Amino acid sequence: MTITASPMLICEHCDTVHRRRPLARGEVARCLRCGAVLERHQRFGVDGLLALVLAAMIVFVLANAWPIVTLGLNGQQVAARLWGVILTMWHDHSQVVAVLAAATLFFFPICKLLLLGWVLLCIRLGRIGEGFRRAMVLLHYVAPWTMSEVFVLGALVSIVKAHLYFDVTAEPGIYAYAALMVFITLFSGVDLHQLWDRAAERAA
Amino acid sequence: MSAPPRAAELGLIGCHVCGQVSRDPRRAGMACPRCGAPLHRRKTGSIARSWALLIAALILYLPANLLPIMRTVSLGDVDDNTILSGVVELWVKGSPGLAVIVFSASIVVPMMKFLVLGTLLLSVQRGSAWARQPRARLYRLVEFIGYWSMLDVFVVALLTALVQFGFFSLVEPLPGVVFFGLTVVLTMLASMSFDPRLIWDGRTDDE
Ligand SMILES: [Zn+2]
Ligand SMILES: [Zn+2]
Repeated sequence: MTITASPMLICEHCDTVHRRRPLARGEVARCLRCGAVLERHQRFGVDGLLALVLAAMIVFVLANAWPIVTLGLNGQQVAARLWGVILTMWHDHSQVVAVLAAATLFFFPICKLLLLGWVLLCIRLGRIGEGFRRAMVLLHYVAPWTMSEVFVLGALVSIVKAHLYFDVTAEPGIYAYAALMVFITLFSGVDLHQLWDRAAERAA
Repeated sequence: MSAPPRAAELGLIGCHVCGQVSRDPRRAGMACPRCGAPLHRRKTGSIARSWALLIAALILYLPANLLPIMRTVSLGDVDDNTILSGVVELWVKGSPGLAVIVFSASIVVPMMKFLVLGTLLLSVQRGSAWARQPRARLYRLVEFIGYWSMLDVFVVALLTALVQFGFFSLVEPLPGVVFFGLTVVLTMLASMSFDPRLIWDGRTDDE
């Protein structure tokens, strides 16, 4: 059974059927009835995205290896790494917060990167099977919970607030995290529907 | 100019997961040929589920605002902050810009979500044809801004993390922040459960 890219698009917000046409660079197709975005022109191809995912993975390793901030109070200096912070919180009766931080800063980004890398690799190699299908469905359900932009803003607010109590100096790790969040925001613009179509083209 | 056709009129059905267009089988329990997700014309139990989640969120929103979300200890002074007093503190201590951002994310956005989703649900239940385009736009806005309310939860988490790591407990999260986090998650689930296609499904057709 081969399923080819459909010549039609159905608006997800109102069920209106549209005839599909190729989009030019920077173009956005909108629904005639409700105005929702139908699809956007995708700037990066499969190879380009794959390169970006690899770069993001390297940044991710750096973000975890380097200290994020240095805290100073009464002459003491402590350099904080992400996992050191999370483990300290876990032992200090803040398990809920520890889980939240670990999920948004570690597990969520790494899952998203691995899943996206996996489906792109499948398309690249033309191996569209059960594994590809499952990863794509999972990516669809994970998408709305991307909160990386919010987290970056949260980091900004908390550093300002922390200044009320002690000295906080930013270390390279935090810049690596900022870069990682930019990557993740970029990846959230990837249209999964169009990836399905690419996969169909490769498989055909 | 005639109105563009809708999927049901052409006997088509769009997959909610992968976007694949298929012929509507008109029976229950069919799966999308491309991704395997169950095919359905509208989200199942959309209105009831959305109401339930919205009401649960509204109930949790009370303790989220009334209970303190964070305790700070400095120079022996114990200070419990609620969401609102945290905003005031930011404002007074010289970051009015950030205070406005936190206020919008934690107070304005959740309030707006309650109002907008409530209005959408009521109007859809009546099959109203009133202001369909603006209502569709409001829904998209709510979907877009909803998760920014997580801001305060992240701030408390990060601040606790920073402080507890280096030194003794200067900052401690309090139950309010858990209620608030749950409120945000529930409102997100409520808006995901709502099916915007229902806005266009009313008894009387549009112009
Ligand atoms: Zn539409
Ligand atoms: Zn599908």
